Amino acid sequence: MSEETLALMTWLVPAGPLLAFFLIMLVFNRSKTLSWVVAWAGIFTSLFLGWTIALTVFFDGWRDHFASLIEQPLVIADSVLWLPFTRDAARWLQMGVAVDPLTAVMLFMVPFAVAMILVYSVGYHRWGMGPGDHVVLGAPNHSGVDPLFSRFFALMSLFGGAMLLLTVADNLLLLFAGWEIMGLCSYLLIGFWYAREYDDPKAIPPRRAAIKAFMTTRVADVFMLLGIVFFYRVFGTLNFHEAFAAESLAGAAEAVGFGGLAVMTLLLFTGTVGKSAQWPLHTWLPDAMEGPTPVSAVIHAAAMVSAGVYMLIRIFPLVATAMAEQPYAGLIIGGIGAFTAIMAATIALAQYDVKRVLDYSTISQLGYMVAAIGIGAYVAAAFHLITHAFFKALLFLGSGSIIHGMEAGAEHAHDHHTDPQDMRNMGGLRHKMPVTFWTFLIGGLALSGFPFITAGFWSKDEILADAWFQGTEGGSIFAMIVFVVLAVAAFLTAFYTARQISLTFLGKPRTALAEHAHESPAFMTIPLLALAFFAVTFGWLGIPDNFLGTDGIFTNFYHHFVGATVEGTLHGLNELGIHVHELTTLPFNWIPLLTSLIVALGGLALGWWVYGRTARETTEEPDRLQRPLGAAWGFLANKWYWDELYNLILVQPVEWFSATFVYEWVDKGLIDGTLHLIARSVYTSGQYFKRFEERVISGGVDAIKDGFLSLARDFRTIQTGRLQEYVLVTTGIASVLAILVLIINWWDTIRVWLGV
Amino acid sequence: MVPLSWYLIVAAILFAMGLYGVIARRNAVAILMSVELMLNAVNINLIAFWRYLTPDRPVGLAWSLFVLALAAAEAAVGLALVISVYRERDSVIADELDSLKY
Amino acid sequence: MAQNILFIVVSAFTLIMGWIVVSNRNLFHAALALMGSFLGVAGLYVLLEAGFLAAAQLLIYIGAISILVIFAIMMTRRLMQTTETPFNNQWILGGVVSLLALAVTLFVIVRYWPLEAAGRVGSLRPDVPGAMIEGSVVQLGAALVDVNQYVLPFEVASVLLLAALIGAIVVAWPERLPKDRE
Repeated sequence: MSEETLALMTWLVPAGPLLAFFLIMLVFNRSKTLSWVVAWAGIFTSLFLGWTIALTVFFDGWRDHFASLIEQPLVIADSVLWLPFTRDAARWLQMGVAVDPLTAVMLFMVPFAVAMILVYSVGYHRWGMGPGDHVVLGAPNHSGVDPLFSRFFALMSLFGGAMLLLTVADNLLLLFAGWEIMGLCSYLLIGFWYAREYDDPKAIPPRRAAIKAFMTTRVADVFMLLGIVFFYRVFGTLNFHEAFAAESLAGAAEAVGFGGLAVMTLLLFTGTVGKSAQWPLHTWLPDAMEGPTPVSAVIHAAAMVSAGVYMLIRIFPLVATAMAEQPYAGLIIGGIGAFTAIMAATIALAQYDVKRVLDYSTISQLGYMVAAIGIGAYVAAAFHLITHAFFKALLFLGSGSIIHGMEAGAEHAHDHHTDPQDMRNMGGLRHKMPVTFWTFLIGGLALSGFPFITAGFWSKDEILADAWFQGTEGGSIFAMIVFVVLAVAAFLTAFYTARQISLTFLGKPRTALAEHAHESPAFMTIPLLALAFFAVTFGWLGIPDNFLGTDGIFTNFYHHFVGATVEGTLHGLNELGIHVHELTTLPFNWIPLLTSLIVALGGLALGWWVYGRTARETTEEPDRLQRPLGAAWGFLANKWYWDELYNLILVQPVEWFSATFVYEWVDKGLIDGTLHLIARSVYTSGQYFKRFEERVISGGVDAIKDGFLSLARDFRTIQTGRLQEYVLVTTGIASVLAILVLIINWWDTIRVWLGV
Repeated sequence: MVPLSWYLIVAAILFAMGLYGVIARRNAVAILMSVELMLNAVNINLIAFWRYLTPDRPVGLAWSLFVLALAAAEAAVGLALVISVYRERDSVIADELDSLKY
Repeated sequence: MAQNILFIVVSAFTLIMGWIVVSNRNLFHAALALMGSFLGVAGLYVLLEAGFLAAAQLLIYIGAISILVIFAIMMTRRLMQTTETPFNNQWILGGVVSLLALAVTLFVIVRYWPLEAAGRVGSLRPDVPGAMIEGSVVQLGAALVDVNQYVLPFEVASVLLLAALIGAIVVAWPERLPKDRE
C-alpha cells in the first residue's frame, strides 16, 4: 500500500467518529436507530482503517525482523502547515499524524474496544424497547429505552474520535487537544444521567461526580500545559519525532540541564497523574462510575486512562534522558505508580459495589504501568496497557451485564429499593447468566495474571521481570522495592478478583433481584465474547524470547515491534554520552516467573477459600475479612478517607473563600460598599450644593432683585401724576442751572465784587 | 423814549405771573389761562425786539404771528381736552387728575 | 414823555389784569381779567407800532380764545366753585420758583440793556421813517408767501390749525364710540 494512501487512512481514523458525532448531534438525533447506526459506521470505519494500518505496519516491519523500524520507526507521517507561530515563516506550527509501532498497537486496540463498547451500548440502553413507564429526561430508565439515547451515541463517538486523534497525533499540542476533548466528554458522559438524585446526602449524584472528574483532571492539565510550554521553549518544536531525536535531546539537556528536563518530565507526568487517576489525583475515578457502564468501560479501560499512560509512554525518550542524570525523576514516577498500585488494591478488597472494585483495580493496574515507566521498562508498560485495555473493558462490560440482569430482576420482582450493584445482593448468577459468567471469569483471570493462558499474565510478568532484573543486575534498590510492592499488589489483585467472582456468581441468589436475573441480549454478550478472545490470545504476542530458558522457539513480537519505536533513540543517546537503559532482551530468570505464579494462583486460591468455598448466605452479614482486619477494614472500606481529607483541606476552604470571603466580604461589603459610599457622598454633596444654590446664589440674586424693587418703589413716588408738580420741579431746576451758568460766566466779576 | 428793557421787564413780569399761575392754580382752565399769559409775554418780547433791533425786516412780526396762531390752536385743543376730562372724571381740579401716578 | 406815561399805564393795566387772572378765585372773573390783559397787550403792540399785530391780537385772543375759555368754564362748572382757595398746596414753593426765574431774567435784561435811555446798541428806539412802519405789514404779507422766506411755516401753521380743529372736535365729541371702555 502506498504511503499516500496510508497517510490518508491515518487522517481518516479519527475523522470517522468525529463526523459521526456531528451528524448525530445535528441531523440524526431524532431517530434512535439512525443514531446508533451512524455511530457504528463511524467507529467501524476507524476499526477497519486502524487495523489495516496496524497490520500493514506490523507485517511490513516483520519482513526484516523490524530492523528497518529500529532505523526509522516513523512509518507514516503527514502534516499540514497550520499557524505561522514564529516570525520565521519557514517554521510554522504544523499539525499532523504520525504512525510508529506504538501508535500501531494503539490503533489496533482502541478502535476495537470502542467499537465493542458501542455495540454493547445498543443493548445496554435497551434500544428496541418502548419508551417505558414514567420517563424522566436525564434519569436512568429501567423499563424502556433511554430517552437520551442519541446523545449518548453522539458523545461516545466524540469520545472515541478524540482518543483516536490523540493516538495518531504527531505533536504534543494535537495530543493535548484530544486529551481535553476527552476531558469534556468525560464530564458530559459521567453526568449523562444528570437528573438522578440520591436520598443519602453522602452519596454523590452524577452531576457532582462529573464536575469532580473534570475539576481533578483539569488541575492536572494545568501543570501539563506548563510542561508543554516548557517543552516547546526548550525543543523549539512540539513534534515528537523531531524533538526526540537523540541529538535534539542531547541539545536540550545542554540547554536546561538534566534537572530542567526532569522538571519538564514531572510537569507532563502530572497530566498522567490526573488523567490516569494516580495518587493523589485518584479520587475522581471511583465516582466516575455514576455514568452508564459503557462509559465506565470506555473511560476506565479503553480510552481515557489509557491516554494518560500512553502520553507518558510517548515521551519516554525525554523521561529516560532525564532519568539518566537525575534519577529522582524515575523515583517519583515509579514511586507514585507503585504506591498507587498497592493502595488501590487494598481499597478494592473492602468494596461491595461491583463496579467500585473494578474502578480501584483499574487505578491499581495503571499504577503498574506508571511504575514500569518509572523503572524504565518501556515495552512492559506498553504491553500491559494494551492487555489491560482488553480485559478491563471486558470486565466492565461484564459488570454492566450483571447489573443489567439485576435490574431486570428488580423489574420482575417490583423491588426498586435494593441496590442492584451491591455484590451482597447477588449470588448464584453463574446459572442465571452463563455467558456473562464465563467471559467475566476469563477477564478476572486475566486481571489476576492466571498463568499462560491469559494476556494479563504475560504483561505483568514482564514488568516484574524487568523490576527484578534492575534490582539484581542493575543494583537499583528502588527497582527491588518496586518489585516487592508490585508482587504484593498482584497477590491482592488476585485475591479481590476471586472475592468478586465468588460473591457475584457463586452460591445461591441472595435476593429476589438475583433470583429473577436473566442473561443479557446479544448486543451485549457478543462484545463480551470478542473481548474475551483478545483477553486470552493477545498475550501470546508477548511471550519472551527466552521463556523458560528456551532459545528460538518463542518470539516476543510485541517487544521487538514496539521496542523499535525508541530503540534507535536510546542507542543514539548512549552514543552521545547520556546513559540510558537500552532495551535489551532480558536474560531469563526463574524468580520473577515463580513470583508471578505464586501470587496469582495463591491469591486466587486464597480468595476462593475465603469467599467461594462456603458461599455467603445473607446480604447483611459482615464481610469475612472484617473481623480479622478490625479497624483497618473501615479504613479500607472508606477508601483511606482521601475524599474526606480533600474535602476538608481543598473543597471547603474554596467554598468558604467563594461564599464568604469573595461574596460577602469583597463583593457585597467592599465593592457594593464602595458604590454605596460613593452614592451617599454624591447625594450628600448634592444636598450641600442645593443649599448653597438656594441661599447664596439664588438668595443673592433675590437680594439684588429685592433691593432694586425697593429702590424702584421708592423712586416711583416721584411720579405723582400731578402735572404742576412736574412743572415746578422743572422750572426750579432750570432756574438754578441758569444761575449757575451766570455765576460761571461772571465769576471774575463776582470775585471782584465779593472782594476776594 | 421807552428803553427796550422796560418792555422786556414788563414781559418778564407777565411771564413770571403766568408761570406762577401754571404752578399754583387748582383749576385746569385757570392753568390754561395762565399759559396764554405766558405766550402773550413772549409775543411782547418778540415785537419789542422787532421794533428796536430789526424794524426793516418782518422777522419779528412773522414769528409773533405764528406764535399767535399756535397759541390759539393749543388753547382750542387744550380746552377740548379739559372738557373731555371733565366729562370722564367730573373734575377739573388738576390735583385730582393723577391717573398717571405710580 | 407822554409815551412813557402811556407805556406805564398800559403796562400796569396789563400786569394788574394778569395778576387777577392768576389769583382770583372766581374763575369767571379770571376769564374777564384775561380778556383785559389781552387788551393791555394789544395796547402795548400799538405803542410798539405793530398795528397789524394789535388787530390780530384783538381779533384772535379777545375774539376767539377768550370766548373759548369762557365756554370751557361754563361747561366745566361744578356748582359754584368760588369758595375754595384758588391755589393748590405748592403755592409757596411756586412763588419762590417764579420769583427766582423772574430774578434771573431781570438780571440778564438789565445787564444787557440798561434802564437808562443811553447805553447799549438797540436800547433806544430807533427812528425809522413812517413809511417803513406802514410798509411793514406789506412786507409781512409778502414774506408770508415768499418761497424764500416764510411760506413753509405759513402752510404748516395752516395744517396745524386744521389738525387742531379736527382734534379738538374729536376729543370733545360727546358720544362714546361703540368700543369697550378702558
